[in-house]
Amino acid sequence: MSRRTRILVLCPALLGLGALFVWAIAGLPAFGDYRGPYGYVLNRVVVPLRHTTNVVMGTTFDVRGVDTMGEEFILLAAVVGVMLLLRDETRSRQAERHTSRLRTDAVRLVGIVMVGAGLLVGLWLMAFGYITPGGGFQGGLVVAGAILVLYLVGSHRDYRPFRDQHALDPLEALGAGGYVVIGLVALVSGTAFLTNLFGLGKTGTLLSSGSIALLNWASAIAVTCAMLLLFAEFLETYVVPLESEDSGS
Amino acid sequence: MLLAATLVPLQAVAFGLVALGAPLVVLTRDPLRQALVNGIYGVSLVCLFVVLQAPDPALSMLVVSSIGYPLVILAAIARVRSRDRTKGDEER
Amino acid sequence: MSYLPYAVAAWICLVGLVGIATSKNLIHLAVCLTVTQSSSYVLLLSVGYVKHGKAPIFFGTPLGSTAVDPVVQALALTDVVVSVAVIALILALALDAHRLSGSVDPDEIADVSG
Repeated sequence: MSRRTRILVLCPALLGLGALFVWAIAGLPAFGDYRGPYGYVLNRVVVPLRHTTNVVMGTTFDVRGVDTMGEEFILLAAVVGVMLLLRDETRSRQAERHTSRLRTDAVRLVGIVMVGAGLLVGLWLMAFGYITPGGGFQGGLVVAGAILVLYLVGSHRDYRPFRDQHALDPLEALGAGGYVVIGLVALVSGTAFLTNLFGLGKTGTLLSSGSIALLNWASAIAVTCAMLLLFAEFLETYVVPLESEDSGS
Repeated sequence: MLLAATLVPLQAVAFGLVALGAPLVVLTRDPLRQALVNGIYGVSLVCLFVVLQAPDPALSMLVVSSIGYPLVILAAIARVRSRDRTKGDEER
Repeated sequence: MSYLPYAVAAWICLVGLVGIATSKNLIHLAVCLTVTQSSSYVLLLSVGYVKHGKAPIFFGTPLGSTAVDPVVQALALTDVVVSVAVIALILALALDAHRLSGSVDPDEIADVSG
């Protein structure tokens, strides 16, 4: 289909979609006029029932735990797809020895400080996810980003342990599979899949909310390793251009 | 404005910025510049999420739009350019 | 009556679709796809908003105060993280198409047969 035909087909389609949007929006309640019962029910019920003060985390990992399991498997499938697609690029081993080191000391100093700060913030977000805003997903992303800054300010040798697919693959599988195993433990002991079985501690402390804490850590590991694998796969394709620019160093 | 009667002015401004940012991202045709404009659009989305009392999605969106998207987009652009350059060298 | 938030979400979705359809570069197409995805987050969070509601975190706030809907926030936050991986997959497909056909323009790639 040529470009002109595509645009000619697009215009009536957009008009139709716009009309559908207008009709749909006219049927919605006004902004702020929340009618559905589940929001009110969850806000009253989750804190006493699950001893977690972050109701969003309680919803993600307990009330709607199956949805999060599905999302983790989407993440897994997308990472597998990227690795398969970018796998048959020619990998030249010589390229890894070239280091395009940052020459500015000020940027390197800031970067090194950022790595430490990023790791701490990421771990704090992961650990306190069920008490204050945060959680495995956000913390995992921050930790992966902090490790990426290590790649930016250090040399290839500093970053190579975090690019090792033989270590990251099993860890990611551990995270995603651990989620399913924790759910299956509930199934084996006679209740429904992903029931919150473990002891609920005191609300507002780290030792609370039962299996939400374990599922939180499992998904944190899975998200961190998935992001590191993704970054490693994309940066691997970036190493080759570095070779052609870094001539004879 | 009659359309926005129950919106707090802060929320109206946040929605306006996001509505302004989206066509700007689409209209930037060069992928390298578009990655930068997308980062700024991501920050405006974070402001919108915070104003809508959603701290958890705001945290996710902040990290994603500042680290996740620029990384994959820039790596793809670099790869395309280097392959075009080696192909140009071969043809010469 | 205020429908501005939903109108903004619909506007962003349509703008993203126009960008995808009229794109001349596969990488530009992937970024327009992220714009369309962001319209779904805006719609979700606007639907869940409660007037004068606070964030649904009760650490320090008393139980029983008005809070916004937590379900849509749970959906939005996992969605944001997964969208990075999906966009990475689409960019990997674009890189593969570039490798096989030599061009990153969707119209030129369509002409390559086999």
